[in-house]
Amino acid sequence: MTAPMPVRPPEPPEKPPPPAEPDKAARPAPAARRPSRLLAPLRETGKLFALAVAVARAVFRRPFQVREFIEQFWFVASVTILPAALVSIPFGAVIALQVGSLTQQLGAQSFTGGASVLAVIQQASPLIVALLISGAAGSAICADLGSRKIREELDAMEVMGVSPIQRLVVPRVLATMLVAVLLNGLISVVGTLGGYFFNVIMQDGTPGAYLASFSALAQLPDLYISEFKALIFGFIAGIVAAYRGLNPRGGPKGVGDAVNQSVVITFMLLFFVNMVLTTIYLQIVPAKGS
Amino acid sequence: MGIEVVVEGLTKSFGKQNIWQNVSLTLPAGEVSVMLGPSGTGKTVFLKSIIGLLKPEQGRVLINGVDMVNSPEREIMETRKLFGLMFQDGALFGSMSLFDNIAFPLREHTRKKESEIRRIVMERIDIVGLLGAEGKLPGEISGGMRKRAGLARALVLDPQIILCDEPDSGLDPVRTAYLSQLLIDLNAQIDATMLIVTHNLDIAATVPDNMGMLFCRNLVTFGPREVLLTSDTPVVSQFLAGRREGPIGMSEEKDAATLAAEQQFDTAPLLTGPRTVVPQLEPSPGMPVRQGALRRRERVMSMMGQLPEAARTAILNSYAPAAGGARA
Repeated sequence: MTAPMPVRPPEPPEKPPPPAEPDKAARPAPAARRPSRLLAPLRETGKLFALAVAVARAVFRRPFQVREFIEQFWFVASVTILPAALVSIPFGAVIALQVGSLTQQLGAQSFTGGASVLAVIQQASPLIVALLISGAAGSAICADLGSRKIREELDAMEVMGVSPIQRLVVPRVLATMLVAVLLNGLISVVGTLGGYFFNVIMQDGTPGAYLASFSALAQLPDLYISEFKALIFGFIAGIVAAYRGLNPRGGPKGVGDAVNQSVVITFMLLFFVNMVLTTIYLQIVPAKGS
Repeated sequence: MGIEVVVEGLTKSFGKQNIWQNVSLTLPAGEVSVMLGPSGTGKTVFLKSIIGLLKPEQGRVLINGVDMVNSPEREIMETRKLFGLMFQDGALFGSMSLFDNIAFPLREHTRKKESEIRRIVMERIDIVGLLGAEGKLPGEISGGMRKRAGLARALVLDPQIILCDEPDSGLDPVRTAYLSQLLIDLNAQIDATMLIVTHNLDIAATVPDNMGMLFCRNLVTFGPREVLLTSDTPVVSQFLAGRREGPIGMSEEKDAATLAAEQQFDTAPLLTGPRTVVPQLEPSPGMPVRQGALRRRERVMSMMGQLPEAARTAILNSYAPAAGGARA
C-alpha cells in the first residue's frame, strides 16, 4: 500500500492538446499556406468585389425572384419614404437660406434659385438617399441575412440547390437600387419645394427670379448625374449590407457587429464614391453657359 | 436507384486545427450507411463536405462524376438537387410556416401546380407525423418537431442521396425507433443512398447496411455493419458498449498515462466476449423489398474473403435463415 493508485483518474490531463501519436510517419502539415495579416483588408475588399460581380451576373440568371423583389422593394420603400421626405424639407431649407444670404451679400439674389437647386439635386439629394438606404434598409437587410446565416438557413437553401445570392441577395440589391432612384426624385422635388418656400416666404425672394434662375444655371445632365449617383449608392448599400450579412462572425453578437459595420462601411464608401463621381462629372460636363 | 458516393483522401482543417485527414470510403448505391464517432470528431463537417458546403483542402467527393469539392459551382448546384439533407436542428426558414418550408424545394425546382404541391407536402407531413402543425412557424414548435419537419423537407424532392445529421438528437426513444423504421421504409420505397451521422447506439445497431467510425482525426473503419459490430478495435468496442474504459476520453483522447493505469485495473471488462449482432430492421409489411439490401448481399458475399473471422460468422448467421436479406 505504498502508492495508492487512483481508481478512476480524473479525466482532464495537464496538457489540453493530446499528444500527436506517431501513427502515420510525420503527418503532413495541413495546408501550409499562412495568410498574411497585412493583406487582410485587401482580402475583404476582394471578396466584396467578388460578391458584387456574382450579384451582377446572377441578375440575369432565371428564374427572377419577382415576389421577393416586390416584397423587398415595398419594405425598403416603406422604411425610407417618410424619413426621406422629413429630412429633405429642412435640408432644402437650410441650403436655400444659406445660399440666399450669401447671394444677398454678393448682390446676386436672382441666382439663389439656381444655386440652391443645384446643391440640392446634385449633392444633398443623393447623399440623403445614401444615408437612408444604408441606415434604414441596409441595416435591416444585413440583420436579416445575418440571422438567417447563423441559423443555417442559408446553408439549407444552398443544400437544396438554391443559390442564396440569386434567391435573396439579387432581389434585395435591385430593390435598394430602384428605391434609391425613386427616392432621389422624391427628395429632389421636396427639397426644391422646401428651398423655394423658405426663399420666397422667409427671405422675400421673388418667385419669378427663383424659377428663372433654374434654367439659367441648371441643366438636364445635373439631374442625370443625380439619379446615376442614387443608382450607384443603392447598389453599394445593397452589396455591402449583403456582404456583411452573409459573413457574420460567430453567433448573434456577430450579426449585431456586422450590421454596425455594414452601415459604417457603406457611409464611408458612399462619401468617397460621391466625391469621385462629382469630380468626374464636373470635369466632363461643362457648366451651363461657360 | 440511388447514386454511389465516392470519397477519396478527404482532408479538412479549420485554420491550424486538423479535423480529419485522408478519409476515403464509398457509400454503395442505395444502401444505408451510418457514420459513428464521439462528439466533436467532425461528423457534421464530413456531412457538409460531402454536399459541398464546406471545402476540404485535399481529396474529392465524386457523385455522378461531379467532384463536390473542386467542380464549378454551377455543377455542384445542379448535383445538390439529388440530395436531401436533414440538418441537426432542422434549419427551417424561420419566416415561413411548416407547409411553406416543406413546399420550398418543390416551388423552387419544379413547375408543379399548387394543388399538386399541396398533395405531396401533406403526404410528407403525414409520414413524419406532423399533421395539424403545418400552419405553425418553426419558432412555435418543439425541437423534435422541427427535426421531423426538416426531414420532411429533405424528402420532398424524392432525393437520390439522403444525409441525416443526428436524426435522433432531441427525439424520445419511441420517436427515434419510429424514425429508424421510417428511414428503412424510405430506403425500400425510393432506393436512395443514405448516410446517417449519429452517436445513437440503437440506430447504429439496427438501421445501417454499412458502418464507419471517425475518431482522432481518422476514419477508423468503414465497411459492412457486422465488421464494426464485431470489431475488437478498442475505440470501436468502447464506443459501441458506451464504456469509459478505452481510448476515448472526455476530451476526445486519453493520454498515455491514464490509458496505462486503466489497462492495469480494467482488463477484465474489455474481454466480455464477442458481442451479439442484432438483426437489421426490415421494411414494414407491405413495403417493397429493399433493392439496396439485395445488392449489398452480393457485394458482401464477394468480399467475404477479406473480412475478419467474427464479421464473417455474423454475416453468414444473418443471411442463413430463409431467403436472407430479402425476407418479406
